[in-house]
Amino acid sequence: MDKHKKYDVIIVGAGVSGTAIASALASYDISVCVLEKTNDISNGASKANSGIVHAGYDAKPDTLMARFNVRGNEMYPELCERLDVPFTPCGSYVVAFSEEDIRTLYELKERGEKNGVPDLNILSADEVQAHEPKLNKEIKAALYAPTAGVVSPYELSIAFMEHAMDNGAELFLETPVLGINRSDTGFIVKTKENTFEAKIVINAAGAYADKIHNMLMEPAYSIEHRRGEYFLLDKYAGDCVNHVIFQCPTDLGKGVLIAPTAHENIIVGPNAENAIDPEAIETTRKGLDEVWCSALKSVPTLPKEQVITTFSGMRAEPSTGDFIIQDYPEAPGFIDVAGIKSPGLSAAPAIGEYVRDLVKKHFELKPKNNYKSGRRKIVRFHTLSHEEKTLLVKENPLYGRIICRCEGVTEAEIVDCIHRNAGAHTLDAVKRRTRSGGGRCQGGFCGPRIIDILSRELNIPKESICKDSSASRIILAETKGEGEQ
Amino acid sequence: MTHYDVICVGGGPAGLAAALSAKENGAKKVCIIERDLELGGILQQCIHNGFGLHTFKEDLTGPEYAQRFIDKVKESNIEVKTDTMVLEIGKDKYVYTINPKDGYQKLSAKAIVLTMGCRERTRGALAIPGTRPAGIMTAGTAQRLVNIEGFMVGKKVVILGSGDIGLIMARRMTLEGAKVLAVVELMPYSSGLNRNIVQCLDDYQIPLLLQHTVTNIYGKDRLEAVEVSEVNDKFEPISGTEKRYECDTLLLSVGLLPEIELPFAADIVMDKRTRGPRVNESMETSIPGVFACGNVAHVHDLVDFVTIESQKAGRFAAEYSKGNLSTGKGICSLAGEGISYIVPQEIRAQNCPKDLELYFRVNRVYDHVKIVFRIDDKIIKETKKRHLAPGEMESIKIKPELLVDAESLRIDIEKT
Repeated sequence: MDKHKKYDVIIVGAGVSGTAIASALASYDISVCVLEKTNDISNGASKANSGIVHAGYDAKPDTLMARFNVRGNEMYPELCERLDVPFTPCGSYVVAFSEEDIRTLYELKERGEKNGVPDLNILSADEVQAHEPKLNKEIKAALYAPTAGVVSPYELSIAFMEHAMDNGAELFLETPVLGINRSDTGFIVKTKENTFEAKIVINAAGAYADKIHNMLMEPAYSIEHRRGEYFLLDKYAGDCVNHVIFQCPTDLGKGVLIAPTAHENIIVGPNAENAIDPEAIETTRKGLDEVWCSALKSVPTLPKEQVITTFSGMRAEPSTGDFIIQDYPEAPGFIDVAGIKSPGLSAAPAIGEYVRDLVKKHFELKPKNNYKSGRRKIVRFHTLSHEEKTLLVKENPLYGRIICRCEGVTEAEIVDCIHRNAGAHTLDAVKRRTRSGGGRCQGGFCGPRIIDILSRELNIPKESICKDSSASRIILAETKGEGEQ
Repeated sequence: MTHYDVICVGGGPAGLAAALSAKENGAKKVCIIERDLELGGILQQCIHNGFGLHTFKEDLTGPEYAQRFIDKVKESNIEVKTDTMVLEIGKDKYVYTINPKDGYQKLSAKAIVLTMGCRERTRGALAIPGTRPAGIMTAGTAQRLVNIEGFMVGKKVVILGSGDIGLIMARRMTLEGAKVLAVVELMPYSSGLNRNIVQCLDDYQIPLLLQHTVTNIYGKDRLEAVEVSEVNDKFEPISGTEKRYECDTLLLSVGLLPEIELPFAADIVMDKRTRGPRVNESMETSIPGVFACGNVAHVHDLVDFVTIESQKAGRFAAEYSKGNLSTGKGICSLAGEGISYIVPQEIRAQNCPKDLELYFRVNRVYDHVKIVFRIDDKIIKETKKRHLAPGEMESIKIKPELLVDAESLRIDIEKT
C-alpha cells in the first residue's frame, strides 16, 4: 500500500469542527482527508457536552464566538433536516432569582440583540411558572430565547463525517499526527503508518490544537482544559423541563443547566473544573454533588432516582478568550480552528462555512458533479407508524428483532450503523449512532447481543470487540477455553 | 388479527406459570410471547442449584426448574411466540408484537398477564464517580456472558452489592478461575439470602465488606482499580478509610427494578415503593383485565414464590376472560411502620380465595420484634419474630371474610 498519500486538504481532528469543515467542503471537487487520533468520530469535547444550540446572547459582541454562534444557530434547522440529525428547537430560559439576576437578564438581552439574536423576551414569574411548572417558585423572571435548541452532538459530528465521506472524503482513525513540515507545494503531515501531503492543513485538533500549531509555527496561544460533569436522566423524568433552563452566568461559565436532550432525556450539568490532563474525563464525587446541588436550585424536585448515567467532558479553553480561526501569512495554507469552547457546537456549521471560504483563498473551488447534499436517511424504528413498521419488517426481517429494549432499537438499525460510511465498530460507537445501550439499563441487556452482531458483521472474534477505545476489551477469553493461560 | 383469551407477556418463570394456570383454569386460547429465542427467561443463565425447594421439594438448577414448566407448556396446547417483542399494550387489550418472521402484528386478548420480570440497577444509576472503562457490568450481564456465551469477563474481580446474583457470581467467577477480591455492601447487612452468603462467599473465603462502597473507579481503557471506602450511618463515605483494590472487573449487584416500559406507556398506575404496577388481590393492575405478577409486580427473592404468585394471576386472568371476576373498588393495604411495601396493594374481599396471602418486606433489619396486622385499627394477628431482614420476603395469611365491610388494613413492625 502506498504510504505516501496526497490530498488537497487535510483536516486534523474528527470532532464537530473538523467534521463540519469536511462536510462544508463536500460539494467541491477537491480531495479531503480527516486524520483522527482516536478510534471514532466525536471522541473528545464533541461527545460529552450539553448538546445545546445556543441562541447567541452569551458571547460578547464582535467576537468570533458571537458571530458564529448566531450564524450557526440560524443554520441548524435546515442542516439537521438535510443530514437527518436529531434536533429540537425547544427554546431556552435564563432564570433570575434576585434583582441583580434580573439586571443580568436585561444585559444578556441587550447583548443578544447586538449579536443579532431574534425574538428575545423577558418573562414574568407567572409566565415562567405557566410554561415550566416544575421550576423553583422563587424564580422572579426569565430571559426567553425561542431560537435556542438541543441537538445530539455526536450524531451531528458523525453525520457531518458521513456526508463528507459519501462525497469522497477519507477518514483515517487511530492516526495521531506526529509532525508537520512544509514542502514545496504545501505541507507534509507525518503519522505512524503514513505520510500525508496537502496544500492545506486545517488544525481542528481540539484539546491538542496548540500542540499541532506548534509543530509548524511559533506558539501563538495555548489551550487549557476545563472539565464539566453531567448527569443524564431517564426519559421518565422527561417532563421535568420543556426548555433549556440556564441559571445566570458567572465568571466561570454559563452555570448548571437542566435541559431536555434531543432524545427526550434530561441532562443536568456542567460544573467547571480546571484540569491538567485533557484525557482526565472522570467524574468526581465533589463535582457531581456540586452539579446536583446547583441544579436543585432551578428544579427543587429533580428526581435523583431517575439518573441513568453520569459523565464528564473536557472543554478546550483558548488562552485568547475567543475562538482562534485564522490562517497565517507566514504559513499560507495552514488554518487554525482552535479553542472551540462553548458555544462551539452551536457555531460548528458556521465555522464550516467560514473555513470553506478561507480554503477558497487558496483554491478555485469547483462544484462537484454528483454531489449528494444529504446522507441516506436513518431509520429510527421506534418513531415509525404501525404501517411503516409493518412494511419495513417485510422488506428486511432484521427490523423485526428488537435488540435494545430500552430505546426500541432493532437489529437492522445496528447492522446499518456498522456498514455506513464512518461506521461503528465498538459498543459505544453503536450507542452513539443508534442509542442502543444508552437507555436505562445501560447496555446490560443489549451489550452481549451487540457484541455478537459486531463480531458477525465485521467478521472479527468476539474477544476483540471493544467497549470504546481500542484497548477496552470486554471479553477476555473463552471460559476455560484454549485461550486461558 | 388473532384473538386470545389470555396473553402472557414474557416467557420466564412468571409467564410460564401464569399461562399454565390460565389454561388449567379454563382459558381456551393462551399465548406466551417471549423476546428471547427460547422460553425460561433468566432461569436459563442461572445454572446453579437451589431452585424448586418449595414447588417441587427438590433442589434444581435454573434451567431444570424452567424445563419442568416448558415441558408442560408444550403438552398443554399453549401457543408460544419466541424471538418476539411486545412493543405496546393498549387499554382495549390489544397487544402489538414484532418478530422477524411474522413482522409487526396486532393481537387481541380478553386478559393480559404482564410477566416481563425485572432488570438490574446499573453503575450509572448509582452515579459512582470515576472513569468509564470496560470491565464494569451488572452481575446478570456477566452471568449471561459466562454461563450462556461461554466467555470470561475478568480475572480479578470486585463485586459491589451483595444481592443474590452478586453472591452467586462471586462463586461462579471463582470456579471459572478468577480471583474475587471482595464483595462490597453499602448496608450493614446483605440483601441476599443467608444460604448464598454461606455457600458462595464463606465456602470460598471471599470477604464480605459490610457498610462499604465503591467510591472511585480507575482505568482509561479497561478497569485498573476501584477505591472502596467505609460508610457512616447516613451511607456517606468516611474520609480516610479509602482502600484501593487492583482489579480488571467490577460486577454490580445493586438491586433489581421491575421492567415497566409497557405498563408505564399504557398509563397503568405504579407503586412508588415496589416500582412495579399496583395490583389487587387478583394481581390485576389499574386496567381491568391486565394482570401483573412475578418480578414485574415486585422483586422476589425465590423463583418458587414467583411461581405461586403467577399461578394465582393466571387463574384470575382465566376467570376474567370468562367474565367471572367481580370488579369494583377494594380496600388498600397500608405499609405501616417498618414495612417497605405490601403486595397486593388493594383487596376486594369478594374475589379472594379461602386464604388471602399478603407479601411484604421490612425496610431494615429488625431483631426481636412482632409483626402486627390490623383491620380498621383492630389487631387481628400478631407474630413474634427473632429476626427480620429486607432480603427475605415475609408473608401473612388472612381470612377474607374479615375484610368484608372493612375500610382499612395495615401491617406494622412493633417492639415486643
